[in-house]
Amino acid sequence: MQTFLISHLPALLVALPLLCGFLMPVIGRAGPRVRNGWVLLGGALTAITGLLLAIQVLRFGPVTYVFGAAHTTQTLAENPAAAFPIRIMFEIDALGALMIINTTLATLAVIIYSVAAEAKQSGLDMFYALFYLLIAGVYGMVATGDLFNFFVFLEITSLAGAALVAYRIDRGVAVEAGLKYALLSTLAALAVLTAIGILFGQYNALNIAALASRLQFTPLDKVALCLLIVPLAMKCGAVPMHFWTPDVYTTAPSSVTAFLVISSQASLYGLFRVLFSLYGAMLSWATFGWFLIILGVLSAFIGVTMAIPQKDVKRLMAYHAVSQTGYMLLAVGVGLAVLGNASALAKFGRAAIAGGLFHIINYASCKGLLFLTAGAIFLRTGTRNLNRLGALGHAMPVTMVLFMIAALAIAGIPPFNGFASKLMIYQSVFHFSPLLAIVAMIVSILTLASFVKVFQALFMGPRRPEFANVREVPRPMLIGMSVLAAYIVIAGIFPQFFVTRMIAPAVNALLDRAGYIATILGGI
Amino acid sequence: MALFQTLKTAAGVWNPLLWLIALAVAIGIGLYIRSRGRADSRQGPAREPFISGNPEPENAGAHIPATNLYWGFTEALKGWYQKLLPIHTGVLTDYVAWFLGVMALTFIIALAG
Repeated sequence: MQTFLISHLPALLVALPLLCGFLMPVIGRAGPRVRNGWVLLGGALTAITGLLLAIQVLRFGPVTYVFGAAHTTQTLAENPAAAFPIRIMFEIDALGALMIINTTLATLAVIIYSVAAEAKQSGLDMFYALFYLLIAGVYGMVATGDLFNFFVFLEITSLAGAALVAYRIDRGVAVEAGLKYALLSTLAALAVLTAIGILFGQYNALNIAALASRLQFTPLDKVALCLLIVPLAMKCGAVPMHFWTPDVYTTAPSSVTAFLVISSQASLYGLFRVLFSLYGAMLSWATFGWFLIILGVLSAFIGVTMAIPQKDVKRLMAYHAVSQTGYMLLAVGVGLAVLGNASALAKFGRAAIAGGLFHIINYASCKGLLFLTAGAIFLRTGTRNLNRLGALGHAMPVTMVLFMIAALAIAGIPPFNGFASKLMIYQSVFHFSPLLAIVAMIVSILTLASFVKVFQALFMGPRRPEFANVREVPRPMLIGMSVLAAYIVIAGIFPQFFVTRMIAPAVNALLDRAGYIATILGGI
Repeated sequence: MALFQTLKTAAGVWNPLLWLIALAVAIGIGLYIRSRGRADSRQGPAREPFISGNPEPENAGAHIPATNLYWGFTEALKGWYQKLLPIHTGVLTDYVAWFLGVMALTFIIALAG
């Protein structure tokens, strides 16, 4: 039984949240306590599955899983007769494992948090059904080895995400934000689908590894490349296609916003996967490296400067999300730009990619925690307006401490995790271009400056009569937030442990295009 | 032990444990200096806040709203914000236009490269 379960972990990774979501309307009929129990059980089982699978990949190497095959590990190489192009196949390497850990951490925190945060809302059966659909979609995006599956999971996350953003229809702005997210996501998905059609028409394959082995880099392939990378860059919130992020992140319930950050990162993963694993050696590295770098610098600087004048705490945080995505694009862009230069890659390119990938999980924890604290404040005060808030440190001391941890970490203050990944990015980017490193540091200073403002506006000052009845949020919300805070502190104090065990293998997986292809095709 | 290893970056190292030890020592020194101070320093008029000779405001007026806090910053960068803010229209068709514009630019870069 144990062996059976372990061998089917990749399937369970998506099946469990789907099952949990689809049964939610039925189980919800038994009452809120049973439904909440089901939500927590589903979250725990999904998290355990994700962690076990990630550990398996990091310890023993890439895992492949073929849906519907007599032997689920039978890849295209082992059965050439079965090498037909349409097959649902998961390929999880160390980079996928890193993204699974990232998603698992967020799932655990957000599910625990939302049980208490959403307790007084109506329509929770469908809310959680959509939430688990979103979780399944994100896991699918980072686990699949098939381009068409990637599109399907991208659609699942987009539709579930848009529905969740617009879920509280009593707020008109939420519906507007949901509509914007749905339309832009549809546009992005259409472009991705067109690219998949172009590649399938030429190479009769949908599997990423099979496509990578057959790619000729024809003009049509270049068109497909653009149709893949631009929508994915938009979905991860890169400037100048970031406009949807503040609208969507601000109006969605905070637990949804925290998970939409993870959904955006799954698109970032897709972007890196296309550039490194699918196209890889075919690309003009300098051109597309600089493409990422320019997107990264624009996102980092415009994101943070737009954050400073904001009055809505979640809108401010949303602009910071754009800014932090810029760091990842910048760092991985530097790694991509020097991919053809072995000495530069060894000297700083790998460290840049490592910093960028480390920042993915660090940023997810910090930003997730910040959005959750904003949700806690909104729950108790009913406002997100920084000009009206204040002095909450007296009534919500635990939330204040959790906010401080997240804010200091995202601003790159030691000893939290954001400092470790940002230090790796600064130093490696400095070797490539000192000017870019200086911009990155200025952005960090501005990040700190704007969070000083937020901290002062939210928590400092003498007690105010309008918040006399405000008290600390329920314990499950604090526990959910503490999960992320614990990671921030632990990864900050022991960064090398995480870099050695999670990040370095992920960097190797991203750079080893031949290995990615060989896992499926066996050295063809 | 693997847990306590130093992080190696592209050009240096970072060990948070050493940093925490240094921080603890600094805090210890600070607390020691504080303990050597006069015990009666918190009594008398010195305890009242000094706001350039102005009377202390009521609680409601003591909190500085967020907008005021970075007024100087946004005022200094007014030129930048005058260009940046109007781009953020909130109009969906503008978002689509930016997306298509970047897509077109990327086509040119990819096909020319």
